[in-house]
Amino acid sequence: MSNLPSQIAAGLPGALRKLSPRLMWRNPVMFIVEVGAAFTTVLAIAQPFVGGSDSLAFTWAIAVWLWLTVLFANLAESVAEGRGKAQAATLRSTRTSTMAAKVVGYDPAGDPAALRASTQQVASADLTLGDTVVVVAGELIPGDGDIVDGIASIDESAITGESAPVVRESGGDRSAVTGGTRVLSDRVVVRITSKPGETFVDRMIRLVEGASRQKTPNEIALNILLASLSIVFLIVVLTLGPIAGYSDAAPSIAVMVALLVCLIPTTIGALLSAIGIAGMDRLVQHNVLAMSGRAVEAAGDVTTLLMDKTGTITYGNRRAAEFRTLDGVLAHELREAAALSSLSDPTPEGKSIVDLAATQGFERPASVDGEIVPFTAQTRMSGVDFADGRQIRKGAGSAVTAWAKETGTAGSTLFAELEESTDRIASLGGTPLVVAVREPGAPARLLGVVYLKDIVKEGMASRFAELRSMGIRTVMITGDNPLTAKAIAEEAGVDDYLAEATPEDKLALIRQEQEGGRLVAMTGDGTNDAPALAQADVGVAMNTGTSAAKEAGNMVDLDSDPTKLIDIVAIGKQLLITRGALTTFSIANDVAKYFAIIPAMFAAVFPGLGLLNIMGLHSPASAILSAVIFNALVIIALIPLALRGVKYRPMSASRILSRNILVYGLGGVIAPFIGIKIIDLVVSLIPGF
Amino acid sequence: MEAWLLVAQLATLVLVLAVIHRPLGDYLAWTFTSAKDFRVERGLYRVVGVDPDSEQSWGAYLRGVLAFSLIGVLFVYALQRLQAVLPYSLGFPAVPEGLSFNTAASFVANTNWQSYSPDVTLGYTVQIAGLAVQNFVSAGVGLAVAIALVRGFARRNTGTIGNFWVDLTRATLRILLPLAVVSAVVLIAGGVIQNFNGFTDVTTLTGGSATVPGGPVASQEAIKMLGNNGGGFYNTNSAHPFENPTPWTNLFEIVLMLAIPFSLPRTFGKMVGDTRQGYAILAAMGVLFVASLAALTAFEIGGAGTGPQLAGGAMEGKEQRFGIAASTLFATTSTITSTGAVNSMHDSFTSLGGMMTLFNMMLGEIAPGGIGAGLYGILIIAVITVFIAGLLVGRTPEYLGKKLGPREIKLASLYILATPTLVLVGTALSFAIPPIREDVESTSIWNPGLHGFTEVLYAFTSAANNNGSAFAGLTANTPWFNTALGLAMLFGRFIPIVLVLALAGSLAAQGKVPVTAGTLPTHRPQFVGLLVGVIVIVVALTYFPVLALGPLAEGLQ
Repeated sequence: MSNLPSQIAAGLPGALRKLSPRLMWRNPVMFIVEVGAAFTTVLAIAQPFVGGSDSLAFTWAIAVWLWLTVLFANLAESVAEGRGKAQAATLRSTRTSTMAAKVVGYDPAGDPAALRASTQQVASADLTLGDTVVVVAGELIPGDGDIVDGIASIDESAITGESAPVVRESGGDRSAVTGGTRVLSDRVVVRITSKPGETFVDRMIRLVEGASRQKTPNEIALNILLASLSIVFLIVVLTLGPIAGYSDAAPSIAVMVALLVCLIPTTIGALLSAIGIAGMDRLVQHNVLAMSGRAVEAAGDVTTLLMDKTGTITYGNRRAAEFRTLDGVLAHELREAAALSSLSDPTPEGKSIVDLAATQGFERPASVDGEIVPFTAQTRMSGVDFADGRQIRKGAGSAVTAWAKETGTAGSTLFAELEESTDRIASLGGTPLVVAVREPGAPARLLGVVYLKDIVKEGMASRFAELRSMGIRTVMITGDNPLTAKAIAEEAGVDDYLAEATPEDKLALIRQEQEGGRLVAMTGDGTNDAPALAQADVGVAMNTGTSAAKEAGNMVDLDSDPTKLIDIVAIGKQLLITRGALTTFSIANDVAKYFAIIPAMFAAVFPGLGLLNIMGLHSPASAILSAVIFNALVIIALIPLALRGVKYRPMSASRILSRNILVYGLGGVIAPFIGIKIIDLVVSLIPGF
Repeated sequence: MEAWLLVAQLATLVLVLAVIHRPLGDYLAWTFTSAKDFRVERGLYRVVGVDPDSEQSWGAYLRGVLAFSLIGVLFVYALQRLQAVLPYSLGFPAVPEGLSFNTAASFVANTNWQSYSPDVTLGYTVQIAGLAVQNFVSAGVGLAVAIALVRGFARRNTGTIGNFWVDLTRATLRILLPLAVVSAVVLIAGGVIQNFNGFTDVTTLTGGSATVPGGPVASQEAIKMLGNNGGGFYNTNSAHPFENPTPWTNLFEIVLMLAIPFSLPRTFGKMVGDTRQGYAILAAMGVLFVASLAALTAFEIGGAGTGPQLAGGAMEGKEQRFGIAASTLFATTSTITSTGAVNSMHDSFTSLGGMMTLFNMMLGEIAPGGIGAGLYGILIIAVITVFIAGLLVGRTPEYLGKKLGPREIKLASLYILATPTLVLVGTALSFAIPPIREDVESTSIWNPGLHGFTEVLYAFTSAANNNGSAFAGLTANTPWFNTALGLAMLFGRFIPIVLVLALAGSLAAQGKVPVTAGTLPTHRPQFVGLLVGVIVIVVALTYFPVLALGPLAEGLQ
């Protein structure tokens, strides 16, 4: 917020342009102020000729400050839009037209890589839905699409800001590419999935600029309330003339306009649109793109959060947590056998076994003299055959046991003990890996079990507890069996889980939750997630996902970080709270304004009403002007709050309410008493006031 | 002394209401939810051609309300115009057109504003067949509409909100009629008269002669209070010893005014399946009631000037047999419900005391308000409160599981817009149009200046809020006031009803959002406080300028 003054300077031309009544009338509250400002200006101009009860300086001062009030409101919106514009400019630079090699008569079956087909150079802007292009290293991808053939590393920093290149390949869930990103290596064939001018980047630009921002239902409802409050006050002021006229106390028109502007909820009316734009902007800063403001708002209402286990709740990979020896086996025997067999295993599981062994005293040998037995789906085990004939095997319990029995290992108690050990690990949600070693010529010896564990990310339990206190139920979705799922669900502290979940199950779960009146949020990346993403109230697609997923969801996370859902919920809530807080503040302000203006209007005729001047304001003119100035300045003062949003901490609804009522309700009553008094002290120094 | 009297009476009142609200509220809930029709009801439905088992959409329900009320207006109007030829008219002539319209509108709108002196204008036939009938059915309409709104909250995913004809019949036959009969008997026992004697000439103790009016007063009095109607049999209303002879009948009449309005929150809680919700509403009503009563009593005891100080309080316009406490309790009850009966002259209260009776009506009569109308009025403000509070906690606002979206807020906003508009525009027009202003100043206002203005403001506030009490001193039987106040009463009654029923329809069509920790609880003291705050702030902001130009300017010296 340190650069706010410069942002304000940049927003000024836009704010002046927005004074056009054609734009203003869309904001009824501020439109009333503008009409009042214009009216007062006419009065001020006419006053030297037709006369008036107020001093000319007073009428002009009111006119000027009313114009400033409108200007400040426009400024708030301009500043909010300005922040988005900077983002849009960066995005626009990626949209520069590039030449694309369009495949003529692409034949997906006979020539998938389009090696034989001829290509034709066309401008990227001329590509349409369904065209196929070839992109090679060093070229820009000409439009949004799916890779239909090939694999490539791609620099997506233009849209994600992430400098590390990502790999995209045909088939599967990582086939989507975005126009404007650069291919760093290899060659891919891309089928264009967007129309010109409607690419992902185009939509992003429109969104961050606020051009395609539509009012959300909640914003509409609030606007209705504000409009009807304005009408009430309009009636109050319009009827005041004849009513006061009965007592020969009719105030001047400038004073009545001032009263009207002070009463109608200008603070929230001025900042409402800035709050909405800033809310979208906060999402963009979190690298999340919302396709509509409605989605952001829905995020604040979410009551059920569906989260994929892998990658969201747990680290994607299982890790070795423990070595469990069988009876009569020494700890170091198992440790060394497990580590040696994993030394050349490149998978994260293999590495984690070596790491665990190393922490327990295993020393990595310089080299291993032997042959690696790789893991296959048939054998379901891997291992090492040493040059001296020693063999180590590790793998699924049934596979290693079968291998050991083949070599002549016997002993029912031994196998029973092993089975008990593997079952226990499975019931804890882990994966047991059995390790056996065989000296040349002897039967294999079962050593024990490596406990591979799904590691729950740190801090998840407390985050879920936070969500629970906000009234959000978390459901973990996993392909694991129910036993494993239950164990992990308990460890992570989620409220419920869906085990062995198919995409259909997910969809059914969402429907079932929605039928109970709940709002569901979920993340997804695969094409088979698309129906569920579309069904969910808030569907966050990962940017790494397929175009189908991105189309189906109403938000895209550029960082592809599924835990971001939690932040999105907070941003949605913050948006509503900011609106509510400023509405409350705005209405509460009216109390003080009445105490400033009513005695000023009528105390001359009814001295008793002077008692209401509890602020001890200098003179009627300075009191009214001070109220108008306060009303204008408070808009400027609250722009940072509108842009930043009210601080939101996850708490129960009651506690949040108490806090906000205290700060914005009570604060809203007290603040203007102080503010108006201070302004009055300054205004009273001006001669004539 | 008066303060202690007030505390004693208030304590008795609270005790009585605490005892009766539960059975009465539960009985009301049962009445409107039971599937069984009594034989006499079935007979009625057959005669009128209503299928009691058919449910109505909000539109159909509304058409029923409007058609029934229109017929009521026409019937009462016709009765008055034909009074000269009707039996038991005590020789009174036909009522003039303007006054007939005003009176018809007044009684159908449950207002009972009386631009005339009833004891010298209306015979028994009009009083009973016209006004007393409307006292029952207009109260029944209010109750029916409130119940329809409660159904909107209670139901889910449905297009219907009940059957108006069934609700009206049950409200009248099962609730108002039996309660009125019992109450009338109690009143008779307490000394209220009940006869058809017409006028009796008597010789007074000092030897002078006087004409004493008789009449079926007790039967009228019971429903006048019970149905929050307020139209007196006599011009001086409940200050008249034949209507309200003793402090005990006075307290009993206060109980009658409050019995149903203070029981309805229980009915509401029962019907939406969470009595705590009802008690939260009840608490908000109670807080406002007690605060307003305390303020009015303080102003009256404090008095102003030497006379009141010597008398121990402002006794002008108050009956000696009631004193200050029983008068302020009655006045608060009458203006904060939609009754409008008086046992003392509000016009003669201290300026600030008079302002309190005005303020009570400006609250929209929701603490506890008129029969039915009080409940739906406060529920509308609760909707607005929940909307603002919902934003403050970061959720799309929901009340009792119903989401408050643009449509709901539009209806609630229009509701809170309607009455102030009628009050302020009506008052302003009285002074804005030169010929009208001239007529108002020369004919109607007897106390020029601030007090005269307050009288006009009071008249429109009373009419638009369907209260019916008057700041005596204003001659309202003029073409302008008969017409303007008549329209204010009709619009003030039926515009809110249209909006409430539309809201009921849109709520009933919704599903129900389950309650979570993120849901704003609406049964805790926190919400009660917020609701009271919103009510007071909205009303104060709307009416502060006009109050400043009337009672405040007069009272702040």
